[in-house]
Amino acid sequence: MMRSRRRPSFTTVMLVLGLLFLYLPMVVLVVYSFNESRLVTVWAGFSTQWYGELFRDQQILSAVWTSLEIAFFAASMAVCLGTVAAFVMTRYGHFRGKTALSSMVTAPLVMPEVITGLSLLLLFVQMAQLIGWPADRGMATIWIAHTTFCSAYVAVVVAARLREVDRSIEEAAMDLGSPPVKTFFFVTLPVIAPALAAGWLLAFTLSLDDLVIASFVSGPGANTLPMVVFSSVRMGVSPKINALATLIILTVSLATLLAWYFMRRSEAKRQSVIQQGEGV
Amino acid sequence: MMPSRIAGFIKRLHLGRRAVIAFPLVWLTLFFLLPFALVLKISLSESAIAIPPYGPLVEYADQTLNIFLNLGNYLFLLSDSLYVAAYWGSIKTAFVATVVCLLIGYPMAYAMARAPGRLQLILLLLVMLPSWTSFLIRVYAWMGILSNSGLINNLLMGLGVIDSPLRMMNTQFSVIVGIVYAYLPFMVLPLYAHLTRLDNSLLEAASDLGSRKLNTFLKVTLPLSMGGIIAGSMLVFIPAVGEFVIPELLGGPDTLMIGKVLWEEFFLNRDWPVASALAMVMLLLLLVPIVWFHRYQSRELEE
Repeated sequence: MMRSRRRPSFTTVMLVLGLLFLYLPMVVLVVYSFNESRLVTVWAGFSTQWYGELFRDQQILSAVWTSLEIAFFAASMAVCLGTVAAFVMTRYGHFRGKTALSSMVTAPLVMPEVITGLSLLLLFVQMAQLIGWPADRGMATIWIAHTTFCSAYVAVVVAARLREVDRSIEEAAMDLGSPPVKTFFFVTLPVIAPALAAGWLLAFTLSLDDLVIASFVSGPGANTLPMVVFSSVRMGVSPKINALATLIILTVSLATLLAWYFMRRSEAKRQSVIQQGEGV
Repeated sequence: MMPSRIAGFIKRLHLGRRAVIAFPLVWLTLFFLLPFALVLKISLSESAIAIPPYGPLVEYADQTLNIFLNLGNYLFLLSDSLYVAAYWGSIKTAFVATVVCLLIGYPMAYAMARAPGRLQLILLLLVMLPSWTSFLIRVYAWMGILSNSGLINNLLMGLGVIDSPLRMMNTQFSVIVGIVYAYLPFMVLPLYAHLTRLDNSLLEAASDLGSRKLNTFLKVTLPLSMGGIIAGSMLVFIPAVGEFVIPELLGGPDTLMIGKVLWEEFFLNRDWPVASALAMVMLLLLLVPIVWFHRYQSRELEE
């Protein structure tokens, strides 16, 4: 460093305060999940009883399963759709419909959820009238809705990676006679695989988290986890929800830690390869 | 292997290329664009006690084709001060929350971009991690913190600072805190992306030429991070205008927001045409910010 600073800079202080602001409420959630009292705000001693109650709550457990199932399939489809959209946007130059496509890829990122939810519901109702499908709204309609808005996020993540990738490798493969499909699967895809994984995970969490759109397009048959949590939270604070929150925070933290570990390792590997190259 | 004749035929037609373009284009047209046309259509129809609860737009009877375009829903929105107040309340609240997010998020992103390389990834993950947990639960956390018998009031009363609880829950304040809390990561992320790309030599040049720190910030850093400011602000402002969960859980009678009004119009009153008209007007109000965001984002996407 050019000069030593005794006082931390204003921006560093703000960063620390900002992180505290982001994390303290989550810490409070976790702490009170171990509270014996039903009153979430009064500490009455350590207890894990709310976790026991959480695991006996059939409604929550089946909602968790429904949500995971929808999120898995929505994320998988969103990765296909989003990757193709990103590829078309970054590699195909100009074509008819490009402006329309790029608008439809970026608009869902900011579209208020109530509008997306309402519009999709109206579509499903109209479709049911015209072609008889979907007769019942439920997991399938939520899957379509989630796939649609998640694919926009995937497209942004994958497009960012596609722009970074050195295009000359793809061009070299094509020059050597590799057909476009083969080039995509054997040259492009391996390089952008980390972005696909990141996009899948992002889509998965977005789908798991969605309340508003799912509430619009769901029928009586399918209750996702946010829908169950919402109806409980509306009635006020409940330690069972705190226990659930703790488990969610724990899972996400572990997954993030794992992702960080792998990113650091691959970065270290890359560095050592570069150094070896320089040594030669 | 594919017979070369068929392969050649497919190549001539550009069938592969077209199919690849068509896949996302058709899906998004069907499930994103077309639904908006339906919202427009139903906003122009009359509410009816039927399944689905709206009247037809086109009717053919007695050899006459009747087309009904009912503007009543829109006129109704204008005539009832509740809706106007809700739109105004949403825009005001979202605007204040966006400014607060920017004031907190910019210095955070700046410090992150200036941090040593290895630390940057950790900081980025730390900022993003909350947004990967549950939005609903993060909003719920504030119910326990801000309520009359909540953490802050208990703490302050325990310390003897106040005698009676401060009313923070179900106010404008709690809604803004909720929005800032929930959307802060989306402000920091684009700002950070822009600030890391900032060429350090420009700052050095400015300082070599005798520019003072504040001056350099205002004339070099700020203009160069404008793209991030716009993207971050739109990522907060636009969804916040239509926010439902936060005003529902943290808001009260005096925090009228349009997302909540639309929800209630749809789920409680079952008035689909009015809910559709509300959505159309919201979309119209948000058109400029959405186009602004899109212009920035598509540049990012295609560059």
